[in-house]
Amino acid sequence: MKKKNSLFSFFSSVKLALFTLFLLSITSIIGTVIPQKESISWYAQNYSETTARIFQVLSIPNMYNSWWFLGLLGLLAANLIICSIDRFPGVWKQIKADNLATDPKRIMKMRLTASWTSDKSEEILATELSNGLLSKGWKAAQRKHDNALMLFAQKGAMTRTGVYIVHASILVIFIGAIIGELYGFKGSVMLPETQATSSFFQFGTGKSIDLGFTLRCDRFEIEFYDSGMPKAYKSMLTIFENNKITLEKEIVVNDPLTYKGITFYQSSYQGYEDFLLTVTNQENGEVQTVTMPFQQQQDLSKHNARIGIVNAEAMGQSITRMKVWFKDDLGPASTFWINAGGQVTVERPGKKYTIAAKQMYATGLQIAKDPGVWVVYLGCGMMILGLFVAFFMSHKRIWILLSKEDDISTIQISGSSNKNKVGFEKIFAGLSANLETDTK
Amino acid sequence: MDSSQLLGITTFTYMFSTILYAIIFIFKAKKLGPAVTMFTLVAFLVQTAGLILRWQESYTLGYGHAPLTNMYESVVFFAWTIIALYLVIEWKFKTRVIGAFAVPFAFLAMAYGSFATNISQEISPLIPALQSNWLIAHVVTCFIGYAAFAVAAGLGFMYLLKNMSETRQTTNNDSLLGTLPSLKVIDDITHKTMVFGFLWLSVGIITGAIWANSAWGTYWSWDPKETWSLITWFIYAITLHARYTRGWDGSRIAWLAIFGFVSVIFTYYGVNFLLSGLHSYGSN
Repeated sequence: MKKKNSLFSFFSSVKLALFTLFLLSITSIIGTVIPQKESISWYAQNYSETTARIFQVLSIPNMYNSWWFLGLLGLLAANLIICSIDRFPGVWKQIKADNLATDPKRIMKMRLTASWTSDKSEEILATELSNGLLSKGWKAAQRKHDNALMLFAQKGAMTRTGVYIVHASILVIFIGAIIGELYGFKGSVMLPETQATSSFFQFGTGKSIDLGFTLRCDRFEIEFYDSGMPKAYKSMLTIFENNKITLEKEIVVNDPLTYKGITFYQSSYQGYEDFLLTVTNQENGEVQTVTMPFQQQQDLSKHNARIGIVNAEAMGQSITRMKVWFKDDLGPASTFWINAGGQVTVERPGKKYTIAAKQMYATGLQIAKDPGVWVVYLGCGMMILGLFVAFFMSHKRIWILLSKEDDISTIQISGSSNKNKVGFEKIFAGLSANLETDTK
Repeated sequence: MDSSQLLGITTFTYMFSTILYAIIFIFKAKKLGPAVTMFTLVAFLVQTAGLILRWQESYTLGYGHAPLTNMYESVVFFAWTIIALYLVIEWKFKTRVIGAFAVPFAFLAMAYGSFATNISQEISPLIPALQSNWLIAHVVTCFIGYAAFAVAAGLGFMYLLKNMSETRQTTNNDSLLGTLPSLKVIDDITHKTMVFGFLWLSVGIITGAIWANSAWGTYWSWDPKETWSLITWFIYAITLHARYTRGWDGSRIAWLAIFGFVSVIFTYYGVNFLLSGLHSYGSN
């Protein structure tokens, strides 16, 4: 037995794991009761000056990123690693064990055994037994012992690693989270319609981060159910690189846009008192979009015309229809109503225009780059696989001893399983009954 | 016949089911057994029909979605998974007395859904955040876990009851608790049910994380619901490790099964009503 130092045995103990998990459960509650990431003055107002200061010292306002909480997670990780280093070699030895070297006496003493006799020769019996086992999916190997022939077959030896796959999966998830923390970023941008940006502000630090390309919001729309509940938030986004359009996509909640590893999520919006007007000349196809405040006129240089919103109707915060005033170089001005998001065709002397109008919005985008996310998902997959293997699969072993005395062969079969012993008893009973009929 | 009628009937049939299982247990009316199972199965099928109909009705209303999207629908589904799981356990372990400890949870869930004044039974359209393919996977997996933990808590309660009388040495085969399975068997089923629940809770947390990432770009944000699901996960992880490596069994595991379920209830219900966060569907 190798001598272990006390530090090693402390970190490899299950007691430490139970203790760490217990502390993590208890401390995790704090952040669900005390609101997180508020300002110091907020805590002073809602609790007291002293409490706010104590919170500050203990990093309670951002406890899940605090030194002590990360320390607990680190302790759990260290425990998992050292515990696995301690135990895994033993398990690997069991997986790779030469089961044909098992002492025949031990096999006879196993809890599950059956035996019968036959007058067939040893070679025939060995073949029949091997075939019988094989027909049930057991691949047998054999070896001659002093006065007996031993057959051995096993299933699911690797399932002994299930627990370690689960433990490793937690470490993989941690690694994925660290990768995300080191090489990823999160932030947000409030982008008004028709505007473009090539940078955004990072959460936490407030640092401006360069995207490396340009993102434009062409249009933002809210759809409602008849009940007035929001049905969809949609943003039409365009990505430019070197003034060339490289990607266009309409995003909604749950369906983001990803470009060069950076993902843009629909997360909020903001309504303006301004309006967005798009005027298309149907003869020459010329299009011009302008944003403008209420009750002001604006030049449309491309059309040699002027336009303005003279009136508007709203339901709550959102505009339902707008009255537009429009005049080009010929004839008196036209005024007409347009439903929000809709368009009308206006006939002017000798010309025809399509005019679309809507309230102006800014789309709130969540921006994230997380190169660690696939590592986290890999860890999640490993965890499910590992849990399934650890809980529902077992290492099943079958030994058969063939011995001969006075022309009568005795067949002794034994089996063991590391889990689900009740289920294995049934398998064993069925298998030995089958083999008995095969060899009679 | 519409879904609300069928689900209303379900509440009462689960109540009768509870009473019938209690009769089997208290009066040792073993002969009633198959009839009670049959009755519960029919009640379960009525509820299944109710759920399917509600799903269909949401399409008729023009915003079709699986009936898994608000507090009412979730308690109905919770009851459904408890009964489904219980019937499987009854069939697998060939014992009916567990029914007296498991079916009441389904009845209580349905009764709460039907009579509580603070939750709406209406079929409402999905807000943008819930319009995702992950909705069904996340809710179904979580509730299979929750249902398993509910049954495990019932079993834990049953264990403690039997254990209490055995230590007083009043139990013989004729007494009330004599009809319960042996302590060893209850302990074994409790453990297996918790293991089953733990696997599904893990899958439920993972599908939730993937969904959160596809909606907000963050797979884990320490939102109160997420944190409480993790606390629950820790509690069951502690329980399983205590059993596997320190040989805990019997009363201690039974208590942990009950304690774990209290955490489940807080994760499921308490967070929605007492704390704020992403999963605030319960409060409106």
